[in-house]
Amino acid sequence: MKILTGNDLKTGAVTWWTGEGWSLHVAEATDVGEHGDEIAARENAARRVVAPYVIDGENGPDGPRPAHIKDRIRALGPTVRLDLSVKPADPDAGSYVI
Amino acid sequence: MYKYDSYDQAMVDARVAEFRDQVRRRLDGSLAEEQFRPLRLMNGLYLQLHAYMLRVAVPYGTLNSAQMTMLGDIADKYDRGYGHFTTRQNIQYNWIKLEEAPDILADLAKVEMHAIQTSGNCIRNTTSDQYAGAIADEVVDPRPYAELIRQWSTFHPEFSFLPRKFKMAVIASDTDRAAMRLHDIGIQIVRNDAGELGAAFYVGGGMGRTPMIAPCINAFVPIDQMITYSEACLRVYNRHGRRDNKYKARIKILVHELGKDEYTRQVEAEFAHLRTQNIEPPLAELERIKAQFADPPFEIALDETVDRSDPDFAVWLDNNVQVHKAPGYAIVTISLKPVGGIPGDASADQIRLMARLAKRYSFDELRVTHAQNIVLPHVRKADLHAVWQQLDEAGLGTPNLDKIGDIIACPGLDYCSLANARSIPVAQKISERFAGREQEIGELKLKISGCINACGHHHAGHIGILGVDRKGVENYQLLLGGSEGADTSLGTITGPGFNEEGIVDAVEKATSVYLANRQDGERFLDTYRRIGMAPFKDAIYAKDAV
Repeated sequence: MKILTGNDLKTGAVTWWTGEGWSLHVAEATDVGEHGDEIAARENAARRVVAPYVIDGENGPDGPRPAHIKDRIRALGPTVRLDLSVKPADPDAGSYVI
Repeated sequence: MYKYDSYDQAMVDARVAEFRDQVRRRLDGSLAEEQFRPLRLMNGLYLQLHAYMLRVAVPYGTLNSAQMTMLGDIADKYDRGYGHFTTRQNIQYNWIKLEEAPDILADLAKVEMHAIQTSGNCIRNTTSDQYAGAIADEVVDPRPYAELIRQWSTFHPEFSFLPRKFKMAVIASDTDRAAMRLHDIGIQIVRNDAGELGAAFYVGGGMGRTPMIAPCINAFVPIDQMITYSEACLRVYNRHGRRDNKYKARIKILVHELGKDEYTRQVEAEFAHLRTQNIEPPLAELERIKAQFADPPFEIALDETVDRSDPDFAVWLDNNVQVHKAPGYAIVTISLKPVGGIPGDASADQIRLMARLAKRYSFDELRVTHAQNIVLPHVRKADLHAVWQQLDEAGLGTPNLDKIGDIIACPGLDYCSLANARSIPVAQKISERFAGREQEIGELKLKISGCINACGHHHAGHIGILGVDRKGVENYQLLLGGSEGADTSLGTITGPGFNEEGIVDAVEKATSVYLANRQDGERFLDTYRRIGMAPFKDAIYAKDAV
């Protein structure tokens, strides 16, 4: 599957395209198929996202998950500061990226 | 230390206003990201793995307590309560909002700080010896010369769009504490037999994917021609540097391809031409700057004795305190490398504490080191115990300077969009593995980079670690024998790489070989240089080795 990601223009937060908007949680991402670049261009022009790009994803038990470790760390947050991640209450959250 | 004059302040204030307008235009759509990106980078604002990252310049690593306090306040007000001190003696914040970035620059400008020259293909923030002005082995304080370079290079129209970024370091001691020969231009201030000051120019060093040690192209440029000679070095590079290939665009490649002699010939020819143009700043300006770096009013006849009866304090004294040039004073290095911690990170509270200690005990002065630590340069020996107690209570009393736990590590894949592997978890595991054995092992400089760009200086580590991406999996190469001091050398890769646990085991095996073979007084590096790679390699890759 293909996932579209980028950063929020104002805050810089990592965001994922859900089909209707942008979410902070990759599990809410949708498969953009062949339309990633087209959506990215439209959203970029509307200043709802900055530096969007399409990545490979895979379906996991909790929903879509980036295929590459770099994007999984991007989805979670720094593994060395899980308190700053999107799962601050989960002490095992770091295993998500492995 | 240097105080802004009206020109400095006006330039920085104007830059803040300009950037505020650029951000406004980006947010209202007047500027597209392709147009805005180079503008934000010129103000130190990157888009990193998780968010915008702001890199703030700390010229030659020197700052006062008001500036340090502001750095802590910015961490709280605009970021997530901490900052990361870097190998370029700067600080960066990892969670910046674009809409707040102009306010941060405005706050920085209030204390004579900015984010200029922290990104882009310009002359970057000049680095220096963190003990400048405090150590006895220097010819002069190198910082006035670094400040002169800052003033010359800031917004220099000819050198704002170089083939690649350009890094300069200035030292004034034979003991190189600034990795001087691993810079695009390294300058050592020297004195000749006639007692005159000059600048020895080392050009074409660097780390990255093609590490090179800078050769000396001129051992004595009269000090009143230092800027003119720098300009000549830059002009030849700007003219012939490889703009066609980003990976061959640094000056080290030019010097290597032309050869030292031909590059030097061209520089000397350009220098001869430039001397007719009278571009050197007036001597009065250098004297004005030097006056601001005069020694603080050291007290005389101070008590030299230090009570070492507290064993933990004594260990810290032996590790983190250096001899000062003034009797009765000492240089304190605050380790930002607690066991299991993140190298170079400090919380807002810790930053403000260090500022308060500087204000009270160190003539209002601090330094950021390229090894990601903080220095209080002028502490009375009588105050050392009080300083240590306050540091220790705040988690800043780790006694490990230049030991295996004092690891340089880049942010790696946990923060950096260029990285291929995580650096910080490896650093944490190594510091935890060797906790309690650092004194037995002695001096061992370990440096970790998460990609070939080598921000973690892995080429120059007695033990270096380079993280790579092997088919989507983090892998770590081990290097031995690097050094960044007066005996600069580049590390050699031992062989095939390791996973995260394996690299920690490999470091353990390497240190075991050292301990089994070292002779009296030898550091890890000395033993490696004497016995060579073979015994280390045999142990590291032995199938039955533990």
